[in-house]
Amino acid sequence: MPSARRGLSFYLLAAFFGLFVLFLYGPTVTILVLSFQGPEGGLTFPMNGVSLHWFRNLFQQQAVGDFGGSFRRSLALGLVVMVLTVLFSLLAGFAFRRRFVGSNALFYLTVASLIVPSILVSLGIGLLFNILGLEPTWYGSAMGAHLTWTLPFGLLIVFAIFNRFNPAYEEAARDLGATPWQTVRHVVLPILLPSLIGVGMSGFTLSYDEFARTLMTAGSFNTLPLEIYGMTTNVTTPVLYALGSLTTVFSFTIIGVVLMTLAGLRRRRLGRTGGAA
Amino acid sequence: MTATATHAPPDPAVSGLVPSGQAPTGHTRTTKPGGGAVRARRWRRLAPYLQAAPLTVTLVLFLLIPILTILVVSFWDYDSVRVIPDFVLTNYTELLTSPVTWKTYLNTLKFAGLTWAITLVIGFTVAYFLAFHVQSTVWQMVLFLVCTIPFWTSNIIRMISWIPFLGRNGLLNSTLIAAGVIDQPLEFLLFSDFSVVLAYVHLNALFMVVPIFNSMMRIDRALVEAARDAGAKGWQVVWNVILPLSKPGIAIGSIFVVTLVMGDFITVRLMSGGQSASIGLMIANEISLLQYPAAAANAVILLAVVLLMVAAMLRVVDIRKEL
Repeated sequence: MPSARRGLSFYLLAAFFGLFVLFLYGPTVTILVLSFQGPEGGLTFPMNGVSLHWFRNLFQQQAVGDFGGSFRRSLALGLVVMVLTVLFSLLAGFAFRRRFVGSNALFYLTVASLIVPSILVSLGIGLLFNILGLEPTWYGSAMGAHLTWTLPFGLLIVFAIFNRFNPAYEEAARDLGATPWQTVRHVVLPILLPSLIGVGMSGFTLSYDEFARTLMTAGSFNTLPLEIYGMTTNVTTPVLYALGSLTTVFSFTIIGVVLMTLAGLRRRRLGRTGGAA
Repeated sequence: MTATATHAPPDPAVSGLVPSGQAPTGHTRTTKPGGGAVRARRWRRLAPYLQAAPLTVTLVLFLLIPILTILVVSFWDYDSVRVIPDFVLTNYTELLTSPVTWKTYLNTLKFAGLTWAITLVIGFTVAYFLAFHVQSTVWQMVLFLVCTIPFWTSNIIRMISWIPFLGRNGLLNSTLIAAGVIDQPLEFLLFSDFSVVLAYVHLNALFMVVPIFNSMMRIDRALVEAARDAGAKGWQVVWNVILPLSKPGIAIGSIFVVTLVMGDFITVRLMSGGQSASIGLMIANEISLLQYPAAAANAVILLAVVLLMVAAMLRVVDIRKEL
Protein backbone atom coordinates (compact mmCIF):
# COMPACT_ATOMS: atom_id res chain seq x y z
CA MET A 1 0.00 0.00 0.00
CA PRO A 2 1.07 3.59 -0.52
CA SER A 3 2.34 5.04 2.69
CA ALA A 4 -0.19 6.57 5.05
CA ARG A 5 1.33 10.04 4.89
CA ARG A 6 0.02 11.95 1.95
CA GLY A 7 2.54 13.36 -0.44
CA LEU A 8 2.20 16.08 -3.02
CA SER A 9 0.91 13.58 -5.58
CA PHE A 10 -2.14 12.86 -3.39
CA TYR A 11 -3.14 16.52 -3.33
CA LEU A 12 -2.54 16.97 -7.05
CA LEU A 13 -4.67 13.94 -7.83
CA ALA A 14 -7.34 15.05 -5.37
CA ALA A 15 -7.44 18.44 -7.08
CA PHE A 16 -7.76 16.73 -10.47
CA PHE A 17 -10.58 14.60 -9.12
CA GLY A 18 -12.30 17.69 -7.72
CA LEU A 19 -12.10 19.40 -11.10
CA PHE A 20 -13.51 16.29 -12.76
CA VAL A 21 -16.49 16.28 -10.41
CA LEU A 22 -17.00 19.98 -11.05
CA PHE A 23 -16.88 19.25 -14.78
CA LEU A 24 -19.49 16.49 -14.33
CA TYR A 25 -21.93 18.44 -12.19
CA GLY A 26 -21.21 22.11 -12.95
CA PRO A 27 -23.36 22.43 -16.07
CA THR A 28 -26.29 20.62 -14.44
CA VAL A 29 -26.14 22.97 -11.48
CA THR A 30 -26.10 25.90 -13.90
CA ILE A 31 -29.37 24.92 -15.52
CA LEU A 32 -30.91 24.08 -12.14
CA VAL A 33 -30.23 27.66 -11.08
CA LEU A 34 -31.31 29.15 -14.41
CA SER A 35 -34.63 27.32 -14.38
CA PHE A 36 -35.67 29.67 -11.56
CA GLN A 37 -35.13 32.64 -13.89
CA GLY A 38 -37.62 35.49 -13.56
CA PRO A 39 -40.39 35.78 -16.19
CA GLU A 40 -38.28 38.27 -18.17
CA GLY A 41 -35.08 36.25 -17.93
CA GLY A 42 -33.26 34.59 -20.81
CA LEU A 43 -31.26 31.46 -21.49
CA THR A 44 -28.07 32.78 -19.90
CA PHE A 45 -26.99 34.63 -16.82
CA PRO A 46 -27.58 37.11 -15.27
CA MET A 47 -30.62 36.01 -13.33
CA ASN A 48 -33.48 38.39 -13.96
CA GLY A 49 -35.23 37.87 -10.67
CA VAL A 50 -36.17 34.54 -9.13
CA SER A 51 -39.47 32.80 -9.88
CA LEU A 52 -41.26 29.55 -10.54
CA HIS A 53 -42.63 31.06 -13.73
CA TRP A 54 -41.01 28.55 -16.08
CA PHE A 55 -42.10 25.54 -14.07
CA ARG A 56 -45.68 26.83 -14.15
CA ASN A 57 -45.27 27.51 -17.84
CA LEU A 58 -44.20 23.89 -18.33
CA PHE A 59 -47.45 22.54 -16.93
CA GLN A 60 -49.67 25.01 -18.78
CA GLN A 61 -49.34 23.04 -21.99
CA GLN A 62 -48.98 25.54 -24.76
CA ALA A 63 -46.21 25.86 -27.31
CA VAL A 64 -44.22 23.43 -25.20
CA GLY A 65 -46.06 20.39 -26.46
CA ASP A 66 -47.30 17.32 -24.69
CA PHE A 67 -44.95 17.20 -21.74
CA GLY A 68 -47.30 15.30 -19.40
CA GLY A 69 -48.18 12.64 -21.95
CA SER A 70 -44.58 12.03 -22.98
CA PHE A 71 -43.53 11.81 -19.34
CA ARG A 72 -46.23 9.19 -18.64
CA ARG A 73 -45.19 7.20 -21.70
CA SER A 74 -41.50 7.27 -20.76
CA LEU A 75 -42.34 6.29 -17.21
CA ALA A 76 -44.51 3.33 -18.27
CA LEU A 77 -41.99 2.22 -20.88
CA GLY A 78 -39.13 2.50 -18.38
CA LEU A 79 -40.99 0.37 -15.84
CA VAL A 80 -41.82 -2.37 -18.36
CA VAL A 81 -38.25 -2.37 -19.69
CA MET A 82 -37.00 -2.54 -16.10
CA VAL A 83 -39.08 -5.62 -15.25
CA LEU A 84 -38.18 -7.40 -18.49
CA THR A 85 -34.49 -6.55 -18.13
CA VAL A 86 -34.32 -7.98 -14.62
CA LEU A 87 -36.26 -11.09 -15.59
CA PHE A 88 -34.52 -11.83 -18.89
CA SER A 89 -30.99 -11.16 -17.69
CA LEU A 90 -31.48 -13.17 -14.51
CA LEU A 91 -32.83 -16.14 -16.47
CA ALA A 92 -30.02 -15.89 -19.00
CA GLY A 93 -27.55 -15.62 -16.13
CA PHE A 94 -28.81 -18.97 -14.82
CA ALA A 95 -28.50 -20.46 -18.31
CA PHE A 96 -24.89 -19.29 -18.67
CA ARG A 97 -23.88 -21.11 -15.47
CA ARG A 98 -24.13 -24.34 -17.41
CA ARG A 99 -22.94 -25.34 -20.83
CA PHE A 100 -25.41 -25.16 -23.67
CA VAL A 101 -25.11 -25.22 -27.43
CA GLY A 102 -24.86 -21.68 -28.77
CA SER A 103 -23.88 -20.08 -25.48
CA ASN A 104 -20.87 -18.42 -27.11
CA ALA A 105 -22.95 -17.13 -30.00
CA LEU A 106 -25.52 -15.72 -27.58
CA PHE A 107 -22.79 -14.08 -25.51
CA TYR A 108 -21.30 -12.37 -28.55
CA LEU A 109 -24.74 -11.35 -29.80
CA THR A 110 -25.34 -9.67 -26.46
CA VAL A 111 -22.00 -7.87 -26.59
CA ALA A 112 -22.72 -6.88 -30.19
CA SER A 113 -25.89 -5.27 -28.92
CA LEU A 114 -23.72 -2.82 -26.95
CA ILE A 115 -21.39 -2.14 -29.84
CA VAL A 116 -23.83 -1.65 -32.71
CA PRO A 117 -24.46 2.10 -33.00
CA SER A 118 -27.88 3.06 -31.66
CA ILE A 119 -28.95 4.66 -34.90
CA LEU A 120 -28.56 1.30 -36.66
CA VAL A 121 -30.93 -0.36 -34.22
CA SER A 122 -33.37 2.49 -34.75
CA LEU A 123 -33.06 2.36 -38.55
CA GLY A 124 -33.20 -1.45 -38.68
CA ILE A 125 -36.33 -1.79 -36.57
CA GLY A 126 -37.94 1.14 -38.39
CA LEU A 127 -37.26 -0.47 -41.77
CA LEU A 128 -38.38 -3.90 -40.60
CA PHE A 129 -41.72 -2.59 -39.32
CA ASN A 130 -42.10 -0.54 -42.48
CA ILE A 131 -41.56 -3.57 -44.72
CA LEU A 132 -43.85 -5.78 -42.65
CA GLY A 133 -46.50 -3.08 -42.78
CA LEU A 134 -46.57 -2.75 -38.99
CA GLU A 135 -47.10 0.51 -37.17
CA PRO A 136 -44.14 1.34 -34.87
CA THR A 137 -45.32 2.14 -31.34
CA TRP A 138 -43.54 3.32 -28.21
CA TYR A 139 -44.76 0.26 -26.28
CA GLY A 140 -43.86 -2.23 -29.06
CA SER A 141 -40.97 -1.44 -31.37
CA ALA A 142 -39.44 1.18 -29.07
CA MET A 143 -39.59 -1.24 -26.15
CA GLY A 144 -37.70 -3.83 -28.18
CA ALA A 145 -35.16 -1.22 -29.20
CA HIS A 146 -34.63 -0.21 -25.57
CA LEU A 147 -34.17 -3.84 -24.53
CA THR A 148 -31.28 -4.19 -26.98
CA TRP A 149 -29.54 -1.49 -24.92
CA THR A 150 -30.57 -2.48 -21.37
CA LEU A 151 -30.22 -6.29 -21.64
CA PRO A 152 -26.45 -6.33 -22.26
CA PHE A 153 -25.89 -4.15 -19.19
CA GLY A 154 -28.23 -6.36 -17.19
CA LEU A 155 -26.54 -9.55 -18.32
CA LEU A 156 -23.04 -8.22 -17.62
CA ILE A 157 -24.09 -7.25 -14.10
CA VAL A 158 -25.67 -10.68 -13.54
CA PHE A 159 -22.48 -12.33 -14.85
CA ALA A 160 -20.42 -10.34 -12.40
CA ILE A 161 -22.70 -11.45 -9.53
CA PHE A 162 -22.62 -15.13 -10.41
CA ASN A 163 -18.83 -15.04 -10.69
CA ARG A 164 -18.65 -13.95 -7.06
CA PHE A 165 -21.45 -16.28 -5.99
CA ASN A 166 -20.48 -19.10 -3.65
CA PRO A 167 -22.20 -22.35 -4.75
CA ALA A 168 -21.75 -23.70 -1.21
CA TYR A 169 -24.96 -21.89 -0.23
CA GLU A 170 -26.93 -23.82 -2.82
CA GLU A 171 -25.30 -27.10 -1.80
CA ALA A 172 -26.14 -26.42 1.83
CA ALA A 173 -29.77 -25.72 0.96
CA ARG A 174 -29.95 -28.91 -1.08
CA ASP A 175 -28.34 -30.95 1.68
CA LEU A 176 -31.01 -29.64 4.03
CA GLY A 177 -33.65 -31.01 1.67
CA ALA A 178 -34.71 -27.92 -0.26
CA THR A 179 -36.30 -28.46 -3.66
CA PRO A 180 -34.69 -26.64 -6.61
CA TRP A 181 -37.41 -24.01 -6.52
CA GLN A 182 -37.01 -23.53 -2.78
CA THR A 183 -33.25 -23.16 -3.21
CA VAL A 184 -33.74 -20.42 -5.76
CA ARG A 185 -36.56 -18.72 -3.90
CA HIS A 186 -35.10 -18.75 -0.38
CA VAL A 187 -31.34 -18.87 -0.96
CA VAL A 188 -30.25 -17.64 -4.38
CA LEU A 189 -32.68 -14.75 -4.92
CA PRO A 190 -32.17 -13.14 -1.50
CA ILE A 191 -28.42 -13.19 -2.06
CA LEU A 192 -28.82 -11.70 -5.53
CA LEU A 193 -31.46 -9.13 -4.51
CA PRO A 194 -29.22 -6.05 -4.12
CA SER A 195 -27.61 -6.62 -7.50
CA LEU A 196 -31.00 -7.24 -9.10
CA ILE A 197 -32.17 -3.88 -7.78
CA GLY A 198 -29.10 -2.44 -9.50
CA VAL A 199 -30.03 -4.19 -12.76
CA GLY A 200 -33.56 -2.83 -12.44
CA MET A 201 -32.35 0.71 -11.90
CA SER A 202 -30.01 0.56 -14.87
CA GLY A 203 -32.84 -0.85 -17.00
CA PHE A 204 -35.22 1.91 -15.98
CA THR A 205 -32.88 4.87 -16.27
CA LEU A 206 -31.29 3.74 -19.53
CA SER A 207 -34.73 3.36 -21.08
CA TYR A 208 -36.10 6.56 -19.54
CA ASP A 209 -33.27 8.59 -21.11
CA GLU A 210 -32.83 6.74 -24.39
CA PHE A 211 -33.04 8.92 -27.45
CA ALA A 212 -31.31 7.47 -30.50
CA ARG A 213 -32.94 4.05 -30.29
CA THR A 214 -36.36 5.63 -29.89
CA LEU A 215 -36.06 8.02 -32.81
CA MET A 216 -37.43 5.78 -35.56
CA THR A 217 -39.22 3.28 -33.37
CA ALA A 218 -41.61 5.32 -31.22
CA GLY A 219 -44.27 5.85 -33.88
CA SER A 220 -46.65 8.79 -33.59
CA PHE A 221 -46.34 9.47 -29.86
CA ASN A 222 -43.22 11.00 -28.36
CA THR A 223 -41.35 9.73 -25.34
CA LEU A 224 -39.83 12.33 -23.03
CA PRO A 225 -36.32 12.45 -24.59
CA LEU A 226 -37.88 12.91 -28.04
CA GLU A 227 -40.04 15.70 -26.62
CA ILE A 228 -37.04 17.39 -25.02
CA TYR A 229 -35.08 17.07 -28.23
CA GLY A 230 -37.95 18.68 -30.12
CA MET A 231 -37.92 21.51 -27.62
CA THR A 232 -34.22 22.20 -28.12
CA THR A 233 -34.85 23.16 -31.71
CA ASN A 234 -37.84 25.42 -31.23
CA VAL A 235 -37.97 26.61 -27.64
CA THR A 236 -35.72 29.49 -26.68
CA THR A 237 -36.94 30.24 -23.16
CA PRO A 238 -35.82 28.86 -19.78
CA VAL A 239 -38.83 26.51 -19.89
CA LEU A 240 -36.33 24.13 -21.47
CA TYR A 241 -34.19 24.33 -18.34
CA ALA A 242 -37.23 23.86 -16.14
CA LEU A 243 -37.98 20.60 -17.92
CA GLY A 244 -34.32 19.61 -17.77
CA SER A 245 -34.16 20.33 -14.04
CA LEU A 246 -37.37 18.46 -13.37
CA THR A 247 -36.30 15.27 -15.16
CA THR A 248 -32.81 15.45 -13.64
CA VAL A 249 -34.31 15.80 -10.14
CA PHE A 250 -36.60 12.88 -10.98
CA SER A 251 -33.59 10.73 -12.00
CA PHE A 252 -31.65 11.75 -8.90
CA THR A 253 -34.63 10.86 -6.72
CA ILE A 254 -34.82 7.37 -8.23
CA ILE A 255 -31.07 6.84 -7.81
CA GLY A 256 -31.29 8.13 -4.23
CA VAL A 257 -34.17 5.79 -3.36
CA VAL A 258 -32.32 2.82 -4.88
CA LEU A 259 -29.08 3.62 -3.06
CA MET A 260 -30.93 4.02 0.23
CA THR A 261 -32.75 0.74 -0.29
CA LEU A 262 -29.44 -0.97 -0.97
CA ALA A 263 -27.84 0.57 2.11
CA GLY A 264 -30.87 -0.55 4.16
CA LEU A 265 -30.61 -4.12 2.84
CA ARG A 266 -26.93 -4.19 3.64
CA ARG A 267 -27.47 -2.94 7.16
CA ARG A 268 -30.23 -5.50 7.77
CA ARG A 269 -28.01 -8.29 6.52
CA LEU A 270 -25.08 -7.15 8.65
CA GLY A 271 -27.40 -6.92 11.65
CA ARG A 272 -28.69 -10.43 11.12
CA THR A 273 -25.26 -12.00 10.89
CA GLY A 274 -23.98 -9.99 13.82
CA GLY A 275 -21.67 -7.97 11.60
CA ALA A 276 -19.73 -11.09 10.63
CA ALA A 277 -20.36 -10.53 6.93
CA MET B 1 -18.02 -18.28 -15.79
CA THR B 2 -16.10 -21.49 -16.10
CA ALA B 3 -15.13 -21.38 -12.46
CA THR B 4 -18.75 -21.53 -11.35
CA ALA B 5 -19.59 -24.18 -13.89
CA THR B 6 -16.94 -26.55 -12.60
CA HIS B 7 -17.98 -25.94 -9.01
CA ALA B 8 -21.60 -26.75 -9.74
CA PRO B 9 -22.37 -30.22 -8.47
CA PRO B 10 -23.81 -32.58 -11.06
CA ASP B 11 -27.25 -32.55 -9.56
CA PRO B 12 -30.42 -31.23 -11.15
CA ALA B 13 -31.25 -29.52 -7.90
CA VAL B 14 -28.85 -26.72 -8.72
CA SER B 15 -29.76 -26.58 -12.36
CA GLY B 16 -31.09 -23.12 -11.70
CA LEU B 17 -34.49 -21.60 -11.87
CA VAL B 18 -37.22 -24.18 -11.91
CA PRO B 19 -40.63 -22.65 -12.52
CA SER B 20 -43.08 -23.27 -9.71
CA GLY B 21 -45.13 -25.51 -11.99
CA GLN B 22 -42.17 -27.87 -12.18
CA ALA B 23 -41.59 -28.04 -8.45
CA PRO B 24 -43.44 -31.37 -7.97
CA THR B 25 -40.70 -33.05 -10.03
CA GLY B 26 -38.40 -32.65 -7.09
CA HIS B 27 -40.87 -34.25 -4.71
CA THR B 28 -41.53 -37.20 -6.99
CA ARG B 29 -37.85 -37.85 -7.20
CA THR B 30 -37.54 -38.47 -3.47
CA THR B 31 -40.37 -41.01 -3.49
CA LYS B 32 -40.02 -42.63 -6.90
CA PRO B 33 -36.38 -42.34 -7.99
CA GLY B 34 -36.83 -44.05 -11.38
CA GLY B 35 -39.12 -41.91 -13.56
CA GLY B 36 -38.39 -38.75 -11.62
CA ALA B 37 -34.67 -39.01 -12.21
CA VAL B 38 -35.15 -39.34 -15.94
CA ARG B 39 -37.44 -36.35 -16.00
CA ALA B 40 -35.06 -34.39 -13.83
CA ARG B 41 -32.18 -35.21 -16.15
CA ARG B 42 -34.20 -34.19 -19.17
CA TRP B 43 -35.14 -30.96 -17.41
CA ARG B 44 -31.53 -30.35 -16.53
CA ARG B 45 -30.54 -30.61 -20.16
CA LEU B 46 -33.42 -28.45 -21.34
CA ALA B 47 -33.33 -25.78 -18.63
CA PRO B 48 -30.52 -23.56 -20.00
CA TYR B 49 -32.27 -23.30 -23.35
CA LEU B 50 -35.54 -22.23 -21.77
CA GLN B 51 -33.70 -19.80 -19.52
CA ALA B 52 -31.76 -18.25 -22.39
CA ALA B 53 -34.82 -18.12 -24.67
CA PRO B 54 -36.24 -14.69 -23.71
CA LEU B 55 -32.87 -12.98 -24.18
CA THR B 56 -32.23 -14.82 -27.44
CA VAL B 57 -35.66 -14.09 -28.87
CA THR B 58 -35.44 -10.39 -27.96
CA LEU B 59 -32.01 -9.95 -29.49
CA VAL B 60 -32.88 -11.91 -32.63
CA LEU B 61 -36.10 -9.96 -33.17
CA PHE B 62 -34.82 -6.49 -32.34
CA LEU B 63 -31.14 -6.66 -33.22
CA LEU B 64 -30.22 -9.46 -35.61
CA ILE B 65 -33.21 -9.32 -37.96
CA PRO B 66 -33.19 -5.48 -38.09
CA ILE B 67 -29.47 -5.50 -38.97
CA LEU B 68 -30.14 -8.08 -41.70
CA THR B 69 -32.99 -5.88 -42.89
CA ILE B 70 -30.56 -2.97 -43.20
CA LEU B 71 -28.20 -5.20 -45.17
CA VAL B 72 -30.99 -6.21 -47.57
CA VAL B 73 -32.35 -2.69 -47.99
CA SER B 74 -28.87 -1.35 -48.70
CA PHE B 75 -29.12 -3.09 -52.09
CA TRP B 76 -32.55 -1.66 -52.87
CA ASP B 77 -33.30 1.20 -55.21
CA TYR B 78 -35.25 4.35 -54.40
CA ASP B 79 -36.60 7.51 -55.95
CA SER B 80 -37.96 10.66 -54.38
CA VAL B 81 -41.21 9.05 -53.23
CA ARG B 82 -40.63 5.38 -52.56
CA VAL B 83 -38.25 2.52 -51.95
CA ILE B 84 -38.02 -0.17 -54.64
CA PRO B 85 -36.94 -3.75 -53.83
CA ASP B 86 -34.07 -4.55 -56.18
CA PHE B 87 -30.44 -5.59 -56.22
CA VAL B 88 -28.29 -2.61 -57.14
CA LEU B 89 -24.88 -1.50 -55.96
CA THR B 90 -25.50 2.17 -56.65
CA ASN B 91 -26.00 3.01 -52.98
CA TYR B 92 -22.52 1.76 -52.22
CA THR B 93 -20.81 3.20 -55.28
CA GLU B 94 -22.40 6.60 -54.71
CA LEU B 95 -21.42 6.52 -51.08
CA LEU B 96 -17.84 5.40 -51.57
CA THR B 97 -17.08 7.67 -54.52
CA SER B 98 -18.40 10.79 -52.84
CA PRO B 99 -15.68 12.96 -51.28
CA VAL B 100 -18.24 14.06 -48.66
CA THR B 101 -18.29 10.54 -47.25
CA TRP B 102 -14.54 10.42 -46.85
CA LYS B 103 -14.43 13.87 -45.31
CA THR B 104 -17.18 12.91 -42.90
CA TYR B 105 -15.40 9.70 -41.93
CA LEU B 106 -12.23 11.66 -41.33
CA ASN B 107 -14.15 14.08 -39.14
CA THR B 108 -15.83 11.27 -37.19
CA LEU B 109 -12.48 9.55 -36.67
CA LYS B 110 -11.02 12.83 -35.50
CA PHE B 111 -13.81 13.17 -32.91
CA ALA B 112 -13.35 9.56 -31.82
CA GLY B 113 -9.57 9.89 -31.55
CA LEU B 114 -9.66 13.14 -29.58
CA THR B 115 -12.40 11.91 -27.25
CA TRP B 116 -10.58 8.61 -26.75
CA ALA B 117 -7.29 10.29 -25.84
CA ILE B 118 -8.86 12.80 -23.45
CA THR B 119 -11.19 10.33 -21.72
CA LEU B 120 -8.28 7.88 -21.38
CA VAL B 121 -6.13 10.43 -19.54
CA ILE B 122 -9.06 11.52 -17.35
CA GLY B 123 -10.30 7.99 -16.78
CA PHE B 124 -6.89 6.64 -15.84
CA THR B 125 -6.09 9.52 -13.51
CA VAL B 126 -9.46 9.44 -11.75
CA ALA B 127 -9.44 5.65 -11.41
CA TYR B 128 -5.84 5.71 -10.16
CA PHE B 129 -6.71 8.29 -7.53
CA LEU B 130 -9.75 6.30 -6.37
CA ALA B 131 -8.04 2.91 -6.39
CA PHE B 132 -4.62 3.78 -4.97
CA HIS B 133 -4.87 7.05 -3.11
CA VAL B 134 -8.25 6.90 -1.36
CA GLN B 135 -7.58 4.71 1.64
CA SER B 136 -11.01 4.15 3.16
CA THR B 137 -13.30 1.78 1.28
CA VAL B 138 -16.35 3.81 2.28
CA TRP B 139 -14.91 6.96 0.73
CA GLN B 140 -13.85 4.94 -2.28
CA MET B 141 -17.44 3.82 -2.78
CA VAL B 142 -18.91 7.27 -2.17
CA LEU B 143 -16.53 9.00 -4.60
CA PHE B 144 -17.05 6.26 -7.17
CA LEU B 145 -20.82 6.79 -6.93
CA VAL B 146 -20.34 10.54 -7.30
CA CYS B 147 -18.59 9.83 -10.62
CA THR B 148 -21.24 7.39 -11.86
CA ILE B 149 -24.50 9.14 -10.94
CA PRO B 150 -24.55 11.61 -13.87
CA PHE B 151 -24.46 8.61 -16.20
CA TRP B 152 -27.99 7.74 -15.09
CA THR B 153 -29.42 11.09 -16.16
CA SER B 154 -30.47 12.30 -19.58
CA ASN B 155 -27.69 12.84 -22.12
CA ILE B 156 -29.67 15.45 -24.00
CA ILE B 157 -30.14 17.52 -20.89
CA ARG B 158 -26.49 17.18 -20.01
CA MET B 159 -25.67 18.58 -23.44
CA ILE B 160 -28.16 21.42 -23.16
CA SER B 161 -26.69 22.39 -19.83
CA TRP B 162 -23.47 23.49 -21.54
CA ILE B 163 -25.33 26.27 -23.39
CA PRO B 164 -25.53 28.79 -20.52
CA PHE B 165 -21.94 27.97 -19.72
CA LEU B 166 -20.32 28.24 -23.15
CA GLY B 167 -22.63 30.62 -25.02
CA ARG B 168 -21.65 34.01 -26.37
CA ASN B 169 -22.96 35.64 -23.19
CA GLY B 170 -22.32 32.53 -21.17
CA LEU B 171 -20.70 32.08 -17.81
CA LEU B 172 -17.23 31.36 -19.15
CA ASN B 173 -17.09 34.34 -21.53
CA SER B 174 -18.44 36.79 -18.97
CA THR B 175 -16.02 35.52 -16.34
CA LEU B 176 -13.06 35.82 -18.69
CA ILE B 177 -14.13 39.31 -19.78
CA ALA B 178 -14.64 40.39 -16.18
CA ALA B 179 -11.22 39.03 -15.29
CA GLY B 180 -9.73 40.99 -18.15
CA VAL B 181 -8.32 37.95 -19.90
CA ILE B 182 -10.19 38.68 -23.13
CA ASP B 183 -12.18 41.67 -24.33
CA GLN B 184 -14.27 39.95 -27.00
CA PRO B 185 -16.40 36.89 -26.23
CA LEU B 186 -14.80 33.71 -27.57
CA GLU B 187 -16.92 32.46 -30.44
CA PHE B 188 -15.46 28.98 -30.69
CA LEU B 189 -16.78 27.83 -27.30
CA LEU B 190 -20.27 26.83 -28.40
CA PHE B 191 -21.46 25.35 -31.69
CA SER B 192 -18.02 24.26 -32.79
CA ASP B 193 -15.86 21.16 -32.91
CA PHE B 194 -14.58 22.24 -29.50
CA SER B 195 -18.01 22.00 -27.88
CA VAL B 196 -18.69 18.68 -29.63
CA VAL B 197 -15.54 17.08 -28.20
CA LEU B 198 -16.20 18.69 -24.82
CA ALA B 199 -19.67 17.13 -24.75
CA TYR B 200 -18.32 13.74 -25.84
CA VAL B 201 -15.79 13.80 -23.02
CA HIS B 202 -18.45 14.95 -20.57
CA LEU B 203 -20.87 12.19 -21.57
CA ASN B 204 -18.41 9.32 -22.01
CA ALA B 205 -15.57 9.81 -19.51
CA LEU B 206 -17.43 7.52 -17.14
CA PHE B 207 -17.11 4.60 -19.56
CA MET B 208 -13.35 4.86 -19.09
CA VAL B 209 -13.37 5.46 -15.34
CA VAL B 210 -15.46 2.41 -14.41
CA PRO B 211 -13.60 -0.41 -16.26
CA ILE B 212 -10.16 1.02 -15.46
CA PHE B 213 -11.11 1.36 -11.79
CA ASN B 214 -12.37 -2.22 -11.90
CA SER B 215 -9.05 -3.46 -13.34
CA MET B 216 -7.02 -1.47 -10.84
CA MET B 217 -8.95 -2.85 -7.88
CA ARG B 218 -7.82 -6.33 -8.92
CA ILE B 219 -4.13 -5.47 -8.94
CA ASP B 220 -2.35 -7.26 -6.14
CA ARG B 221 -1.06 -4.52 -3.82
CA ALA B 222 1.98 -6.67 -3.06
CA LEU B 223 3.20 -6.00 -6.61
CA VAL B 224 3.17 -2.27 -5.99
CA GLU B 225 5.02 -2.78 -2.74
CA ALA B 226 7.55 -5.07 -4.37
CA ALA B 227 8.23 -2.50 -7.07
CA ARG B 228 8.71 0.15 -4.42
CA ASP B 229 11.03 -2.09 -2.39
CA ALA B 230 13.04 -2.70 -5.54
CA GLY B 231 13.58 1.04 -5.69
CA ALA B 232 10.93 2.18 -8.21
CA LYS B 233 9.82 5.78 -7.94
CA GLY B 234 6.13 6.72 -7.83
CA TRP B 235 5.81 7.37 -11.55
CA GLN B 236 7.79 4.22 -12.36
CA VAL B 237 5.31 2.14 -10.38
CA VAL B 238 2.47 3.75 -12.33
CA TRP B 239 4.14 3.34 -15.70
CA ASN B 240 5.68 -0.12 -15.30
CA VAL B 241 3.28 -1.90 -12.96
CA ILE B 242 -0.14 -0.27 -12.77
CA LEU B 243 -0.53 0.80 -16.40
CA PRO B 244 0.23 -2.64 -17.92
CA LEU B 245 -2.04 -4.35 -15.41
CA SER B 246 -4.87 -1.90 -16.18
CA LYS B 247 -4.82 -2.76 -19.88
CA PRO B 248 -8.00 -4.88 -19.85
CA GLY B 249 -9.95 -2.01 -18.28
CA ILE B 250 -8.44 0.46 -20.72
CA ALA B 251 -9.43 -1.79 -23.65
CA ILE B 252 -13.03 -2.16 -22.46
CA GLY B 253 -13.32 1.57 -21.80
CA SER B 254 -11.86 2.32 -25.22
CA ILE B 255 -14.36 0.03 -26.92
CA PHE B 256 -17.24 1.85 -25.20
CA VAL B 257 -15.97 5.34 -25.93
CA VAL B 258 -14.95 4.70 -29.54
CA THR B 259 -18.16 2.89 -30.53
CA LEU B 260 -20.35 5.49 -28.83
CA VAL B 261 -18.62 8.37 -30.59
CA MET B 262 -18.45 6.59 -33.97
CA GLY B 263 -22.21 5.99 -33.99
CA ASP B 264 -23.29 9.30 -32.51
CA PHE B 265 -25.38 11.86 -34.31
CA ILE B 266 -27.26 13.70 -31.60
CA THR B 267 -24.23 15.28 -29.90
CA VAL B 268 -22.82 16.51 -33.19
CA ARG B 269 -26.18 17.93 -34.19
CA LEU B 270 -26.85 19.69 -30.89
CA MET B 271 -23.37 20.85 -29.97
CA SER B 272 -22.06 21.89 -33.39
CA GLY B 273 -25.23 23.76 -34.23
CA GLY B 274 -25.24 22.11 -37.66
CA GLN B 275 -21.68 23.22 -38.48
CA SER B 276 -20.02 19.84 -38.21
CA ALA B 277 -20.81 16.37 -39.45
CA SER B 278 -20.44 12.75 -38.45
CA ILE B 279 -21.36 9.51 -40.12
CA GLY B 280 -24.23 9.00 -37.69
CA LEU B 281 -25.58 12.44 -38.52
CA MET B 282 -25.21 11.71 -42.24
CA ILE B 283 -27.32 8.56 -41.75
CA ALA B 284 -29.88 10.45 -39.66
CA ASN B 285 -30.18 13.09 -42.39
CA GLU B 286 -30.67 10.45 -45.08
CA ILE B 287 -33.36 8.88 -42.92
CA SER B 288 -35.19 12.17 -42.53
CA LEU B 289 -35.08 12.57 -46.33
CA LEU B 290 -36.59 9.06 -46.60
CA GLN B 291 -33.53 7.86 -48.58
CA TYR B 292 -33.62 4.58 -46.72
CA PRO B 293 -31.43 2.48 -49.06
CA ALA B 294 -28.70 5.16 -49.00
CA ALA B 295 -28.93 5.32 -45.20
CA ALA B 296 -28.79 1.52 -45.06
CA ALA B 297 -25.64 1.30 -47.21
CA ASN B 298 -24.05 3.99 -45.07
CA ALA B 299 -25.04 2.06 -41.95
CA VAL B 300 -23.56 -1.20 -43.26
CA ILE B 301 -20.20 0.49 -43.91
CA LEU B 302 -20.29 2.18 -40.50
CA LEU B 303 -21.03 -1.12 -38.80
CA ALA B 304 -18.13 -2.77 -40.63
CA VAL B 305 -15.75 0.02 -39.62
CA VAL B 306 -16.89 -0.10 -35.98
CA LEU B 307 -16.60 -3.89 -35.82
CA LEU B 308 -13.07 -3.74 -37.27
CA MET B 309 -12.06 -1.19 -34.67
CA VAL B 310 -13.56 -3.31 -31.89
CA ALA B 311 -11.85 -6.45 -33.19
CA ALA B 312 -8.54 -4.62 -33.10
CA MET B 313 -9.12 -3.54 -29.50
CA LEU B 314 -10.29 -7.00 -28.48
CA ARG B 315 -6.86 -8.35 -29.32
CA VAL B 316 -5.70 -6.70 -26.11
CA VAL B 317 -8.31 -8.27 -23.86
CA ASP B 318 -10.51 -11.31 -23.41
CA ILE B 319 -13.73 -9.76 -22.15
CA ARG B 320 -15.18 -12.99 -20.83
CA LYS B 321 -12.27 -13.22 -18.41
CA GLU B 322 -12.85 -9.72 -17.17
CA LEU B 323 -16.35 -10.17 -15.77
